Amino acid sequence: MRDNIKLIKVREAIHADNDAMADRLREELKASRTCLINLMSSPGAGKTSLLLQTTAALKEKLRMAVIEADIDSTVDAELIAASGIEAIQLQTGGFCHLDVPMVRQGLDSLDIGKLDLIFIENVGNLVCPAEFDTGAALNVMILSVPEGDDKPLKYPLMFSKCDVLIVNKIDYLETPLTDFNLAAMEKRVRKINGTIQIFPVSCRTGQGIGDWTDWLYRRISVQ
Amino acid sequence: MHELPVTEKILDIALKHAAMNGATRIHSITLKVGGLTDLEDTWLQHYFDYLSKETIAGGAKLIIINDGIRLRCGGCKTMIETSKEKLQDEQCPHCSATQGFTILSGREYFIEEMLAE
Repeated sequence: MRDNIKLIKVREAIHADNDAMADRLREELKASRTCLINLMSSPGAGKTSLLLQTTAALKEKLRMAVIEADIDSTVDAELIAASGIEAIQLQTGGFCHLDVPMVRQGLDSLDIGKLDLIFIENVGNLVCPAEFDTGAALNVMILSVPEGDDKPLKYPLMFSKCDVLIVNKIDYLETPLTDFNLAAMEKRVRKINGTIQIFPVSCRTGQGIGDWTDWLYRRISVQ
Repeated sequence: MHELPVTEKILDIALKHAAMNGATRIHSITLKVGGLTDLEDTWLQHYFDYLSKETIAGGAKLIIINDGIRLRCGGCKTMIETSKEKLQDEQCPHCSATQGFTILSGREYFIEEMLAE
């Protein structure tokens, strides 16, 4: 090796900037008593359906808004807005996840002081959103029955960092259309996440939605 | 899937530390990456080559060290070293628990050091 080559000790985390911004955002939202929830899942697992059910169940009790992130469409925000809940659409322009600056852009369009609960509907995939802190107080993910009970094996990072797992489309479990094993899936998740709350629901029939929204309301009330 | 924004960050941090140390050329950058992350080494290097070509880091090699996954048993608090492949079969060597582990590390990307002149 040539004499003039030196070893520079860097020791810096690549996500340090975003993590610090996320902590600051969490503090700000805590001070204004606004709960930010980061909702993640694969495309089609039922993020928008869950938001419609959840906001319908809680709209008499809480002031809510939704930040929708999509690579390039406004379909979801239009659905939410049609239900009477304020919705902001963020187009990520090809980005596969949200980070804090993008979330702030959405929050800037909202009157945070007048809101109790803000949902972020993250971009639909189980890989990238797991790696970027959004500043949310709660990370919630959906796994839907047709995706299969093996997903915790394939995406352990996502399952390990969520506070809540919603298992959607459980109406399929009563049909011969699936071999999804709820107990086996739960065991795989609890292996890597000892504190996760799991709520089996069907956004189509409404089954289980009350258990989830009651838990969420209690959680927000004690903040 | 998000190798591009991560690579941009690696380049920014490397250039910042090169400037702080008066370096004029970066030869290699050593990264420690947690065992739970999903980055593809080959794509990281491709993106890095593309982004860095007009900079003092052009041609630098990314050395990626897999830093594994560390768990803590929820029952007896024993620390366990594991990998993504072994994660689901892991059992606590102390109390034999097979459930309720907390992941202590495995999610991080860290720039450890670099060789420069």
